[in-house]
Amino acid sequence: MEALLHQFFNLEVMARAWPIMLKGAGLTVLLCLAVVPLGLIGGLGVALVSTSPLRRIRWPVVVLVDIFRAVPPLALLIFISAGLPFAGIRLSPFMAVVLSFFLNNSAYYGEIIRAGIESIGKGQHDAARSTGLSAWQTQAYVILPQALRNVLPDLVSNTIEVVKLTSLASVVAFAELLYAAEMARSVTYNASPLVMAAAMYLVLLWPAVRLASGLEHKLR
Amino acid sequence: MTRFEAFLDTFFNASVMQRYLPDIIEGFFITCGIAILVVLAGLALGLALAVLRSYRIRLVNILIVVFVDLLRALPPLVLILILYFGLPNLGLTLSGFVVLWLVLTLVLAAFAEEIFWAGILSVDQGQWAAARSTGLGFFQALAYVILPQAIRLTIAPLTNRTIAITKNTALGMVIGVGELLNQATTAQSFAGNATPLMMATVAYLILFVPVVYLGRWIETRFAWRRA
Repeated sequence: MEALLHQFFNLEVMARAWPIMLKGAGLTVLLCLAVVPLGLIGGLGVALVSTSPLRRIRWPVVVLVDIFRAVPPLALLIFISAGLPFAGIRLSPFMAVVLSFFLNNSAYYGEIIRAGIESIGKGQHDAARSTGLSAWQTQAYVILPQALRNVLPDLVSNTIEVVKLTSLASVVAFAELLYAAEMARSVTYNASPLVMAAAMYLVLLWPAVRLASGLEHKLR
Repeated sequence: MTRFEAFLDTFFNASVMQRYLPDIIEGFFITCGIAILVVLAGLALGLALAVLRSYRIRLVNILIVVFVDLLRALPPLVLILILYFGLPNLGLTLSGFVVLWLVLTLVLAAFAEEIFWAGILSVDQGQWAAARSTGLGFFQALAYVILPQAIRLTIAPLTNRTIAITKNTALGMVIGVGELLNQATTAQSFAGNATPLMMATVAYLILFVPVVYLGRWIETRFAWRRA
Protein backbone atom coordinates (compact mmCIF):
# COMPACT_ATOMS: atom_id res chain seq x y z
CA MET A 1 0.00 0.00 0.00
CA GLU A 2 2.78 2.36 0.97
CA ALA A 3 4.68 1.47 -2.19
CA LEU A 4 1.54 2.25 -4.20
CA LEU A 5 1.14 5.65 -2.58
CA HIS A 6 4.82 6.38 -2.99
CA GLN A 7 4.81 5.38 -6.64
CA PHE A 8 1.53 6.94 -7.82
CA PHE A 9 0.52 9.62 -5.31
CA ASN A 10 3.83 11.02 -4.16
CA LEU A 11 3.05 14.56 -2.98
CA GLU A 12 6.67 15.62 -2.85
CA VAL A 13 7.23 14.63 -6.49
CA MET A 14 3.96 16.24 -7.47
CA ALA A 15 4.91 19.52 -5.82
CA ARG A 16 8.22 19.52 -7.70
CA ALA A 17 6.52 18.75 -10.99
CA TRP A 18 3.73 21.31 -10.50
CA PRO A 19 5.27 24.33 -12.34
CA ILE A 20 6.23 22.40 -15.48
CA MET A 21 2.89 20.55 -15.45
CA LEU A 22 1.00 23.81 -15.23
CA LYS A 23 2.91 25.12 -18.22
CA GLY A 24 2.11 21.88 -20.07
CA ALA A 25 -1.59 22.21 -19.26
CA GLY A 26 -1.49 25.74 -20.63
CA LEU A 27 -0.04 24.51 -23.90
CA THR A 28 -2.65 21.74 -24.07
CA VAL A 29 -5.40 24.35 -23.77
CA LEU A 30 -3.68 26.49 -26.41
CA LEU A 31 -3.42 23.50 -28.73
CA CYS A 32 -7.13 22.76 -28.24
CA LEU A 33 -8.01 26.39 -29.01
CA ALA A 34 -6.15 25.98 -32.30
CA VAL A 35 -7.28 22.52 -33.42
CA VAL A 36 -10.95 22.48 -32.38
CA PRO A 37 -12.02 25.60 -34.34
CA LEU A 38 -9.84 24.60 -37.31
CA GLY A 39 -11.36 21.11 -37.30
CA LEU A 40 -14.88 22.54 -37.13
CA ILE A 41 -14.23 24.91 -40.02
CA GLY A 42 -12.62 22.16 -42.09
CA GLY A 43 -15.47 19.82 -41.19
CA LEU A 44 -18.07 22.37 -42.25
CA GLY A 45 -16.30 22.71 -45.59
CA VAL A 46 -16.13 18.93 -46.01
CA ALA A 47 -19.81 18.58 -45.15
CA LEU A 48 -20.93 21.32 -47.56
CA VAL A 49 -18.87 19.87 -50.42
CA SER A 50 -19.88 16.26 -49.76
CA THR A 51 -23.59 17.16 -49.77
CA SER A 52 -23.29 19.35 -52.84
CA PRO A 53 -25.08 18.22 -55.99
CA LEU A 54 -21.87 18.60 -58.04
CA ARG A 55 -20.55 15.09 -58.46
CA ARG A 56 -17.14 16.15 -59.74
CA ILE A 57 -16.14 18.09 -56.62
CA ARG A 58 -17.89 15.65 -54.30
CA TRP A 59 -15.99 12.44 -54.88
CA PRO A 60 -12.39 13.67 -54.31
CA VAL A 61 -13.49 14.97 -50.91
CA VAL A 62 -15.22 11.70 -50.06
CA VAL A 63 -12.03 9.78 -50.95
CA LEU A 64 -9.88 12.11 -48.81
CA VAL A 65 -12.28 11.79 -45.88
CA ASP A 66 -12.11 8.01 -46.07
CA ILE A 67 -8.31 8.07 -46.21
CA PHE A 68 -8.01 10.30 -43.17
CA ARG A 69 -10.59 8.25 -41.29
CA ALA A 70 -8.66 5.05 -42.03
CA VAL A 71 -5.17 6.16 -40.99
CA PRO A 72 -4.53 6.26 -37.21
CA PRO A 73 -4.00 9.87 -36.05
CA LEU A 74 -0.59 8.98 -34.60
CA ALA A 75 0.53 7.44 -37.90
CA LEU A 76 -0.53 10.61 -39.72
CA LEU A 77 1.29 12.79 -37.19
CA ILE A 78 4.50 10.73 -37.48
CA PHE A 79 4.26 10.80 -41.26
CA ILE A 80 4.02 14.60 -41.24
CA SER A 81 6.66 15.24 -38.61
CA ALA A 82 9.17 12.52 -39.55
CA GLY A 83 8.39 11.77 -43.18
CA LEU A 84 7.90 15.20 -44.76
CA PRO A 85 11.36 16.52 -43.72
CA PHE A 86 12.79 13.99 -46.22
CA ALA A 87 10.94 15.92 -48.90
CA GLY A 88 12.39 19.18 -47.60
CA ILE A 89 9.23 20.20 -45.73
CA ARG A 90 10.22 20.93 -42.16
CA LEU A 91 7.47 21.92 -39.75
CA SER A 92 7.79 22.84 -36.09
CA PRO A 93 6.24 20.26 -33.72
CA PHE A 94 3.34 22.65 -33.15
CA MET A 95 2.66 23.09 -36.87
CA ALA A 96 3.01 19.35 -37.51
CA VAL A 97 0.44 18.63 -34.81
CA VAL A 98 -1.93 21.34 -36.04
CA LEU A 99 -1.70 20.17 -39.67
CA SER A 100 -2.21 16.47 -38.91
CA PHE A 101 -5.09 17.21 -36.54
CA PHE A 102 -6.67 19.52 -39.08
CA LEU A 103 -6.69 16.74 -41.69
CA ASN A 104 -7.94 14.12 -39.24
CA ASN A 105 -10.52 16.28 -37.45
CA SER A 106 -11.95 17.80 -40.61
CA ALA A 107 -12.77 14.28 -41.77
CA TYR A 108 -14.49 13.35 -38.50
CA TYR A 109 -16.35 16.63 -37.95
CA GLY A 110 -17.21 16.58 -41.65
CA GLU A 111 -18.90 13.19 -41.41
CA ILE A 112 -20.91 14.32 -38.38
CA ILE A 113 -22.08 17.59 -39.94
CA ARG A 114 -22.89 15.79 -43.20
CA ALA A 115 -25.15 13.40 -41.29
CA GLY A 116 -26.81 16.45 -39.74
CA ILE A 117 -27.42 18.11 -43.11
CA GLU A 118 -28.82 14.87 -44.52
CA SER A 119 -31.22 14.60 -41.58
CA ILE A 120 -33.01 17.78 -42.76
CA GLY A 121 -35.82 17.04 -45.17
CA LYS A 122 -35.58 18.28 -48.73
CA GLY A 123 -38.83 20.20 -48.19
CA GLN A 124 -36.98 22.62 -45.91
CA HIS A 125 -34.62 23.43 -48.72
CA ASP A 126 -37.37 23.88 -51.30
CA ALA A 127 -39.47 26.00 -48.94
CA ALA A 128 -36.54 28.26 -48.10
CA ARG A 129 -35.64 28.73 -51.74
CA SER A 130 -39.26 29.48 -52.64
CA THR A 131 -39.30 32.40 -50.18
CA GLY A 132 -36.54 33.97 -52.26
CA LEU A 133 -33.49 33.02 -50.17
CA SER A 134 -30.37 32.29 -52.19
CA ALA A 135 -28.64 28.91 -52.00
CA TRP A 136 -26.10 30.24 -49.48
CA GLN A 137 -28.74 31.97 -47.38
CA THR A 138 -30.75 28.75 -47.34
CA GLN A 139 -27.75 26.83 -45.98
CA ALA A 140 -26.80 29.49 -43.44
CA TYR A 141 -30.23 30.42 -42.06
CA VAL A 142 -32.37 27.33 -42.59
CA ILE A 143 -30.44 24.09 -43.07
CA LEU A 144 -27.29 24.44 -40.93
CA PRO A 145 -28.92 25.73 -37.71
CA GLN A 146 -31.24 22.70 -37.66
CA ALA A 147 -28.55 20.29 -38.85
CA LEU A 148 -26.05 21.32 -36.18
CA ARG A 149 -28.66 21.08 -33.45
CA ASN A 150 -29.54 17.56 -34.53
CA VAL A 151 -25.96 16.34 -34.27
CA LEU A 152 -24.95 18.37 -31.21
CA PRO A 153 -24.33 15.27 -29.02
CA ASP A 154 -21.98 13.83 -31.66
CA LEU A 155 -20.18 17.15 -32.01
CA VAL A 156 -19.64 17.35 -28.25
CA SER A 157 -18.38 13.79 -27.95
CA ASN A 158 -16.07 14.23 -30.95
CA THR A 159 -14.67 17.37 -29.36
CA ILE A 160 -13.86 15.35 -26.24
CA GLU A 161 -11.99 12.91 -28.48
CA VAL A 162 -10.08 15.79 -30.08
CA VAL A 163 -8.98 17.15 -26.71
CA LYS A 164 -7.82 13.67 -25.66
CA LEU A 165 -6.01 13.33 -28.97
CA THR A 166 -3.83 16.36 -28.21
CA SER A 167 -1.90 14.05 -25.87
CA LEU A 168 -0.36 12.50 -29.01
CA ALA A 169 1.59 15.74 -29.47
CA SER A 170 3.87 14.49 -26.67
CA VAL A 171 5.23 11.85 -29.09
CA VAL A 172 6.68 14.53 -31.37
CA ALA A 173 8.11 16.50 -28.43
CA PHE A 174 5.55 19.29 -28.27
CA ALA A 175 5.70 20.26 -24.58
CA GLU A 176 2.01 19.87 -23.72
CA LEU A 177 0.60 18.30 -20.55
CA LEU A 178 1.51 14.66 -21.18
CA TYR A 179 4.98 15.56 -22.44
CA ALA A 180 5.62 17.58 -19.29
CA ALA A 181 4.41 14.67 -17.15
CA GLU A 182 6.57 12.19 -19.04
CA MET A 183 9.63 14.46 -18.59
CA ALA A 184 8.95 14.75 -14.88
CA ARG A 185 8.50 10.99 -14.62
CA SER A 186 11.77 10.21 -16.33
CA VAL A 187 13.65 12.64 -14.08
CA THR A 188 12.08 11.43 -10.82
CA TYR A 189 11.63 7.73 -11.69
CA ASN A 190 8.17 8.08 -10.24
CA ALA A 191 4.76 7.75 -11.93
CA SER A 192 3.07 10.45 -9.81
CA PRO A 193 3.41 13.16 -12.49
CA LEU A 194 1.52 10.89 -14.91
CA VAL A 195 -1.25 10.41 -12.35
CA MET A 196 -1.28 14.16 -11.93
CA ALA A 197 -1.64 14.61 -15.68
CA ALA A 198 -4.54 12.14 -15.63
CA ALA A 199 -6.18 14.19 -12.87
CA MET A 200 -5.74 17.38 -14.91
CA TYR A 201 -7.29 15.81 -18.01
CA LEU A 202 -10.14 14.67 -15.79
CA VAL A 203 -10.73 18.19 -14.47
CA LEU A 204 -10.68 19.47 -18.04
CA LEU A 205 -12.92 16.81 -19.54
CA TRP A 206 -15.22 15.35 -16.93
CA PRO A 207 -17.80 18.16 -17.21
CA ALA A 208 -17.78 17.66 -20.98
CA VAL A 209 -18.26 13.90 -20.60
CA ARG A 210 -21.24 14.48 -18.28
CA LEU A 211 -22.66 16.99 -20.77
CA ALA A 212 -22.22 14.56 -23.69
CA SER A 213 -23.77 11.73 -21.73
CA GLY A 214 -26.73 13.92 -20.76
CA LEU A 215 -27.28 15.13 -24.33
CA GLU A 216 -27.17 11.57 -25.65
CA HIS A 217 -29.78 10.34 -23.20
CA LYS A 218 -32.02 13.36 -23.66
CA LEU A 219 -32.34 12.96 -27.41
CA ARG A 220 -33.38 9.34 -27.26
CA MET B 1 17.48 13.93 -60.68
CA THR B 2 14.24 15.71 -61.43
CA ARG B 3 11.92 16.76 -58.62
CA PHE B 4 9.57 13.90 -59.40
CA GLU B 5 12.37 11.34 -59.29
CA ALA B 6 13.50 12.74 -55.95
CA PHE B 7 9.96 12.41 -54.66
CA LEU B 8 9.78 8.77 -55.79
CA ASP B 9 13.19 8.08 -54.30
CA THR B 10 12.09 9.51 -50.94
CA PHE B 11 8.65 7.96 -50.57
CA PHE B 12 8.53 5.00 -52.98
CA ASN B 13 12.10 3.72 -52.96
CA ALA B 14 12.01 0.17 -54.37
CA SER B 15 15.15 -1.14 -52.67
CA VAL B 16 14.08 0.23 -49.27
CA MET B 17 10.66 -1.32 -49.82
CA GLN B 18 12.17 -4.70 -50.58
CA ARG B 19 14.45 -4.62 -47.54
CA TYR B 20 11.79 -3.66 -45.02
CA LEU B 21 8.74 -5.44 -46.42
CA PRO B 22 9.10 -8.41 -44.01
CA ASP B 23 9.19 -6.04 -41.00
CA ILE B 24 6.15 -4.14 -42.21
CA ILE B 25 4.26 -7.39 -42.78
CA GLU B 26 5.18 -8.59 -39.31
CA GLY B 27 3.94 -5.31 -37.84
CA PHE B 28 0.76 -5.58 -39.88
CA PHE B 29 -0.05 -8.96 -38.38
CA ILE B 30 0.78 -7.85 -34.85
CA THR B 31 -1.55 -4.86 -35.34
CA CYS B 32 -4.29 -7.18 -36.62
CA GLY B 33 -3.74 -9.54 -33.67
CA ILE B 34 -4.02 -6.82 -31.02
CA ALA B 35 -7.00 -5.31 -32.82
CA ILE B 36 -8.90 -8.62 -32.83
CA LEU B 37 -8.12 -9.32 -29.17
CA VAL B 38 -9.20 -5.78 -28.18
CA VAL B 39 -12.47 -5.98 -30.12
CA LEU B 40 -13.42 -9.39 -28.71
CA ALA B 41 -12.57 -8.62 -25.08
CA GLY B 42 -13.79 -5.01 -25.16
CA LEU B 43 -17.20 -5.77 -26.64
CA ALA B 44 -17.71 -8.77 -24.34
CA LEU B 45 -16.82 -6.76 -21.24
CA GLY B 46 -18.96 -3.82 -22.38
CA LEU B 47 -21.97 -6.07 -22.93
CA ALA B 48 -21.45 -7.77 -19.56
CA LEU B 49 -21.34 -4.38 -17.81
CA ALA B 50 -24.51 -3.20 -19.60
CA VAL B 51 -26.32 -6.40 -18.55
CA LEU B 52 -25.08 -5.95 -14.99
CA ARG B 53 -26.33 -2.36 -15.05
CA SER B 54 -29.83 -3.44 -16.08
CA TYR B 55 -30.26 -5.16 -12.69
CA ARG B 56 -30.24 -1.60 -11.31
CA ILE B 57 -28.27 -2.26 -8.14
CA ARG B 58 -27.46 1.22 -6.93
CA LEU B 59 -23.88 0.78 -5.76
CA VAL B 60 -22.91 -1.34 -8.78
CA ASN B 61 -24.37 1.21 -11.17
CA ILE B 62 -22.48 4.08 -9.55
CA LEU B 63 -19.25 2.12 -9.96
CA ILE B 64 -20.04 1.40 -13.61
CA VAL B 65 -20.79 5.05 -14.35
CA VAL B 66 -17.56 6.17 -12.66
CA PHE B 67 -15.59 3.57 -14.66
CA VAL B 68 -17.18 4.67 -17.92
CA ASP B 69 -16.68 8.38 -17.22
CA LEU B 70 -13.03 7.88 -16.26
CA LEU B 71 -12.20 5.96 -19.40
CA ARG B 72 -14.12 8.39 -21.57
CA ALA B 73 -12.32 11.40 -20.12
CA LEU B 74 -8.73 10.10 -19.97
CA PRO B 75 -6.55 9.96 -23.07
CA PRO B 76 -5.57 6.30 -23.65
CA LEU B 77 -1.91 7.29 -23.98
CA VAL B 78 -1.90 8.59 -20.38
CA LEU B 79 -3.27 5.27 -19.09
CA ILE B 80 -0.77 3.33 -21.18
CA LEU B 81 2.16 5.29 -19.76
CA ILE B 82 0.90 5.00 -16.17
CA LEU B 83 0.57 1.21 -16.38
CA TYR B 84 3.74 0.68 -18.38
CA PHE B 85 6.04 2.85 -16.28
CA GLY B 86 4.28 2.80 -12.92
CA LEU B 87 3.49 -0.85 -12.29
CA PRO B 88 7.05 -2.25 -12.53
CA ASN B 89 8.00 -0.30 -9.39
CA LEU B 90 5.25 -2.19 -7.56
CA GLY B 91 6.82 -5.46 -8.68
CA LEU B 92 4.29 -6.04 -11.46
CA THR B 93 5.87 -5.88 -14.90
CA LEU B 94 3.51 -6.18 -17.84
CA SER B 95 4.81 -6.35 -21.38
CA GLY B 96 4.00 -3.49 -23.73
CA PHE B 97 1.69 -5.81 -25.64
CA VAL B 98 -0.35 -6.64 -22.52
CA VAL B 99 -0.53 -2.99 -21.40
CA LEU B 100 -1.71 -1.88 -24.84
CA TRP B 101 -4.30 -4.66 -25.01
CA LEU B 102 -5.53 -4.02 -21.48
CA VAL B 103 -5.94 -0.25 -21.87
CA LEU B 104 -7.64 -0.40 -25.26
CA THR B 105 -9.93 -3.19 -24.04
CA LEU B 106 -11.01 -1.13 -21.03
CA VAL B 107 -11.57 1.97 -23.18
CA LEU B 108 -13.66 0.02 -25.70
CA ALA B 109 -15.57 -1.67 -22.88
CA ALA B 110 -16.47 1.73 -21.42
CA PHE B 111 -17.78 3.11 -24.71
CA ALA B 112 -19.52 -0.17 -25.57
CA GLU B 113 -21.25 -0.25 -22.19
CA GLU B 114 -22.67 3.23 -22.79
CA ILE B 115 -23.93 2.27 -26.24
CA PHE B 116 -25.39 -1.11 -25.19
CA TRP B 117 -27.05 0.54 -22.19
CA ALA B 118 -28.60 3.23 -24.38
CA GLY B 119 -29.82 0.42 -26.65
CA ILE B 120 -31.39 -1.46 -23.75
CA LEU B 121 -33.10 1.73 -22.53
CA SER B 122 -34.51 2.47 -25.96
CA VAL B 123 -36.42 -0.82 -26.19
CA ASP B 124 -40.06 -0.14 -25.31
CA GLN B 125 -41.02 -0.87 -21.69
CA GLY B 126 -43.98 -2.90 -22.96
CA GLN B 127 -41.54 -5.46 -24.34
CA TRP B 128 -40.30 -6.10 -20.79
CA ALA B 129 -43.82 -6.45 -19.44
CA ALA B 130 -44.90 -8.75 -22.25
CA ALA B 131 -41.82 -10.95 -21.92
CA ARG B 132 -42.14 -11.25 -18.15
CA SER B 133 -45.87 -12.02 -18.39
CA THR B 134 -45.16 -15.07 -20.55
CA GLY B 135 -43.25 -16.49 -17.58
CA LEU B 136 -39.70 -15.60 -18.63
CA GLY B 137 -37.36 -14.71 -15.78
CA PHE B 138 -35.57 -11.36 -15.67
CA PHE B 139 -32.40 -12.65 -17.30
CA GLN B 140 -34.35 -14.69 -19.89
CA ALA B 141 -36.41 -11.64 -20.84
CA LEU B 142 -33.21 -9.63 -21.19
CA ALA B 143 -31.36 -12.29 -23.18
CA TYR B 144 -34.13 -13.47 -25.51
CA VAL B 145 -36.36 -10.43 -25.93
CA ILE B 146 -34.63 -7.16 -25.04
CA LEU B 147 -31.00 -7.66 -26.09
CA PRO B 148 -31.69 -8.96 -29.61
CA GLN B 149 -33.63 -5.75 -30.30
CA ALA B 150 -31.22 -3.51 -28.37
CA ILE B 151 -28.12 -4.81 -30.13
CA ARG B 152 -29.66 -4.18 -33.51
CA LEU B 153 -30.04 -0.52 -32.56
CA THR B 154 -26.47 -0.27 -31.34
CA ILE B 155 -24.67 -1.73 -34.35
CA ALA B 156 -24.03 1.54 -36.19
CA PRO B 157 -22.63 3.66 -33.32
CA LEU B 158 -20.76 0.63 -32.00
CA THR B 159 -19.01 -0.05 -35.31
CA ASN B 160 -17.76 3.52 -35.62
CA ARG B 161 -16.49 3.62 -32.06
CA THR B 162 -14.83 0.23 -32.40
CA ILE B 163 -12.97 1.35 -35.54
CA ALA B 164 -11.74 4.52 -33.81
CA ILE B 165 -10.44 2.60 -30.79
CA THR B 166 -8.84 -0.13 -32.89
CA LYS B 167 -6.77 2.51 -34.68
CA ASN B 168 -5.26 3.36 -31.29
CA THR B 169 -3.16 0.19 -31.61
CA ALA B 170 -0.66 2.64 -33.18
CA LEU B 171 -0.07 3.96 -29.65
CA GLY B 172 1.88 0.73 -29.03
CA MET B 173 4.76 2.46 -30.79
CA VAL B 174 5.34 4.63 -27.72
CA ILE B 175 5.94 1.62 -25.42
CA GLY B 176 7.86 -0.50 -27.90
CA VAL B 177 5.17 -2.92 -29.09
CA GLY B 178 6.32 -4.25 -32.46
CA GLU B 179 3.18 -3.19 -34.27
CA LEU B 180 2.95 -1.60 -37.70
CA LEU B 181 3.80 2.02 -36.87
CA ASN B 182 6.69 1.00 -34.64
CA GLN B 183 8.19 -1.22 -37.34
CA ALA B 184 7.85 1.63 -39.82
CA THR B 185 9.49 4.31 -37.66
CA THR B 186 12.32 1.94 -36.76
CA ALA B 187 12.87 1.06 -40.43
CA GLN B 188 12.65 4.72 -41.36
CA SER B 189 15.43 5.70 -38.98
CA PHE B 190 17.67 2.84 -40.15
CA ALA B 191 17.05 3.49 -43.82
CA GLY B 192 17.19 7.28 -43.57
CA ASN B 193 14.28 7.31 -46.00
CA ALA B 194 10.58 7.97 -45.66
CA THR B 195 9.49 4.94 -47.71
CA PRO B 196 8.72 2.71 -44.65
CA LEU B 197 6.31 5.36 -43.35
CA MET B 198 4.58 5.38 -46.72
CA MET B 199 4.39 1.57 -46.59
CA ALA B 200 2.82 1.72 -43.14
CA THR B 201 0.30 4.29 -44.34
CA VAL B 202 -0.65 2.05 -47.25
CA ALA B 203 -0.89 -0.95 -44.90
CA TYR B 204 -3.23 1.02 -42.62
CA LEU B 205 -5.35 1.93 -45.64
CA ILE B 206 -5.52 -1.75 -46.67
CA LEU B 207 -6.56 -2.67 -43.15
CA PHE B 208 -9.01 0.12 -42.34
CA VAL B 209 -10.56 1.39 -45.58
CA PRO B 210 -12.71 -1.78 -45.93
CA VAL B 211 -13.70 -1.43 -42.26
CA VAL B 212 -14.63 2.24 -42.74
CA TYR B 213 -16.75 1.25 -45.74
CA LEU B 214 -18.34 -1.57 -43.77
CA GLY B 215 -19.15 0.97 -41.05
CA ARG B 216 -20.73 3.31 -43.58
CA TRP B 217 -22.80 0.49 -45.08
CA ILE B 218 -23.95 -0.65 -41.64
CA GLU B 219 -24.86 2.94 -40.80
CA THR B 220 -27.33 3.15 -43.69
CA ARG B 221 -28.53 -0.43 -43.22
CA PHE B 222 -29.19 -0.25 -39.48
CA ALA B 223 -29.86 3.49 -39.15
CA TRP B 224 -31.17 3.81 -35.62
CA ARG B 225 -31.73 7.48 -35.19
CA ARG B 226 -32.80 9.67 -38.04
CA ALA B 227 -32.68 12.76 -35.95
